[in-house]
This record gives sequence, structure tokens and C-alpha cells, in this order.
Amino acid sequence: MTEGLALIAPWLIAAGVLFFMAGALGLWRFPDVYSRLHALTKADNLGLGLLCLGLACQAASVSAALKILLVWGLVLVASSIGATLMASTALARGLRPRTRRGSRDS
Amino acid sequence: MSTFIIGFDLLLGAGLLWLAWQALFHPKPFAAVVHFMAFGLVMALVWVRLEALDIALAEAAIGTGVTGALLLAALGRLPNGATPRLALRPWQRPPVALALGVVLLLGLWLAWVAWQLPRPGLSAEVTAALPESGVRHPVTAVLLNLRALDTMLELAVMLGAVWLVWSLGPELRPYAPATALPGLPALTRLLHPLFLMVPAYLLWRGSHAPGGAFPAGAVLGAGGVLLLLADAVPWMQRPDRQPLLRLLLSTGLVLFLGLALGGLLLTGTFFAIPVAIAALAILVVEVAAALSIALMLMACYLYGEPGR
Repeated sequence: MTEGLALIAPWLIAAGVLFFMAGALGLWRFPDVYSRLHALTKADNLGLGLLCLGLACQAASVSAALKILLVWGLVLVASSIGATLMASTALARGLRPRTRRGSRDS
Repeated sequence: MSTFIIGFDLLLGAGLLWLAWQALFHPKPFAAVVHFMAFGLVMALVWVRLEALDIALAEAAIGTGVTGALLLAALGRLPNGATPRLALRPWQRPPVALALGVVLLLGLWLAWVAWQLPRPGLSAEVTAALPESGVRHPVTAVLLNLRALDTMLELAVMLGAVWLVWSLGPELRPYAPATALPGLPALTRLLHPLFLMVPAYLLWRGSHAPGGAFPAGAVLGAGGVLLLLADAVPWMQRPDRQPLLRLLLSTGLVLFLGLALGGLLLTGTFFAIPVAIAALAILVVEVAAALSIALMLMACYLYGEPGR
């Protein structure tokens, strides 16, 4: 059981890092607030989940593993509400979501 | 493997220097603040690599979280437009050059002194003194018993920072969110039990593992700042509660000073805590210091003196 968990842990962590890189790429390349938030929240929450799962598989005890998973849960709650607040504030300030391709404005 | 680790350390160090440069000299204030926050996170990683977990916790919580949010909030109040460029008049150049030269010399002198410090440091002495300190974690022993004077002065510096912020003028009302979304109040309500439980856990941990008053105060303060931003702490702004607020702000420092003077009376040495009461005294001072640190962090977010 423990050996099996230790065996899949590196793969989970590698997959998590891949999601983080995709999220960072999205933050860097996407044109407006909304698509950037989309990239960050989706990719990073899944990436962090995979990372935490991988680290929890390597944890010394069950309580340590549960603490690592609790970190993921807290980040999920905070980032989802934070992203909603950011997006709704941007919308209320009059930033329209991009609908068609055009020149990039910074 | 060791070359990989050395490469990682070099990358961390170079990234730290680059982020510090960007935070100081980036022409856009927003980018500078973001670089400052990234600097704090990388700095926390560096502290982890130096095996100083206590400092890493405090750096991540205070240096990045609370300070970064404070800088962002201040940025939101700045008028939009061109940032003022640093321009020196001719008569200002000699004193500025002199000051820079003095800072450079002092820095070189400090580096030389640090290079001359005995290695491998004082950890053997600290371990030898650990049974008399009342706690089992060497960092807490140093912070709250062996070098308690430094910690007390840190609290005094924080109180001075609050004093400075309050001296700028009357408090400003926090921004109301642009939309009346229930998200922010819901988040504060949902997370608040944790904002109380985690500091208690960190305080309890401080006696035997990384933790203690500063990380606990930082987490409690972060929860408090969230409450302030959601406009849910009306008592801090009420004129009739100002004496209480000031009392709580200074509690950590006053208790610390009381401990120091009590040591002077009991043993004849300033800050010499008798072994019999050391554990209890450290616990009391840590709780008071954590409360004061949390309130001091919150007090900076009032952007001025409340109740005036």
C-alpha cells in the first residue's frame, strides 16, 4: 500500500507542475482579466490539488497527509471567492470581456 | 544531486536579487508591488533552504501577505497618472552621494563583521542553555528568553510604525466592494474559526517546534485585516473604544517590559527570567505579543488615527 503510494506520488507531482505551467502560460499570454482569471483558477487549483495529493502520498503519517489536503481545500475556497470578487469588480468598473480578435491593448 | 541543489540555491539567490532590483526601480508602481510580493515569497523559500522555518513563516505571512496587501491597498488610493520621477536639484547631489557612500561603507563593514563571526555559530551554547529557558524549541528560547531584548525592541518598532501611520491624519473608510456580492463577508465568516484556531495552534507549537508569537500574530492579523476590509470591525473606529484599542496595542510591549523589570527585581539582572516561572512567563508574553502584533497589523490598515 505505502510502496504503491510512493510510486504514484512523483507522477502526481509532475502532473501538478504541468498544470501550474499551463496556468502561468495562460496568465502571461491571455489578453484580458477574465481569461487570465480562468487560466489561473482552473489550472492552479487542479495543479495544486495534484501537488497536494502527491505530497500527501509521501507524507509520514495520516494526520500530516490530511493537513496537506486541508491546505488544498482552503486555497480552493479562498481562490474561488477571490476570483469571483475580482471578476465582478472588473465588470462593475466597466471592463468588457473580449469577444473578438483584435490588437492587444496593454 | 548536490550540483542540482547548488544550482537551485544559485537560482534562488539570483532571482532574489533581480526581484529586489525590480521592486525598487520598476517605473510602474503596480509592477513594483507585485515584484515586492514575489520577492517575499522567494525570500521565504530562501529561509526554508537555510533551515529557518520560523523566519520563513513570518516572512511569508507578514512580508508578503500583510505588507503586500497593504501596499496594494495604498496603490488603489493613489491618483492615476504619471509617476513622479526622482529628480535631484544640483545642491542636493553632494549630500545624497555622501549618504550613499556612507551606506555602502556601512554595508561593507557589516559584511566584514559577519564574515568574522565565529562558525558554526552559537547553536551549541543555545542547546546548553535550553533546559534553563522554559521551552524546548531553540528559536523560541532565543527569541523570548536568551535574546528577549531584541524581540521587545521589534515590538517597539512595530508600535512605532503604527504611530507613524496614525500620525498621517484621521482614518480613511475602507473601500466598499464595487458590487454588493456576499462573497467577501461569507469568506470572512467561513474562515474565521480557522483564523482563530491556526494562531492558537502556532502559539502552542512554539514551545517545541517552529511557530510562536510572530507567525501566530501574523495569521490572526491577516484574519483581522480581512474583517477590516469587509468593514466588520466597527469597534476599532468608535471613539469610546480608543483607550481599549491603545491598551491592547501596547499590551505585548508592556508585558515584555514588565517581565524584564520583574527579572531585574527577582534576580538582579535585566531580563533574567527565573527558571521556575520561565515556561509560564513565556506563554503569557507570547499570547499578549501575538494579540498585539495582530492588532498592530490591523491598525496599519486604518490608514490613520481612528476616532478622530
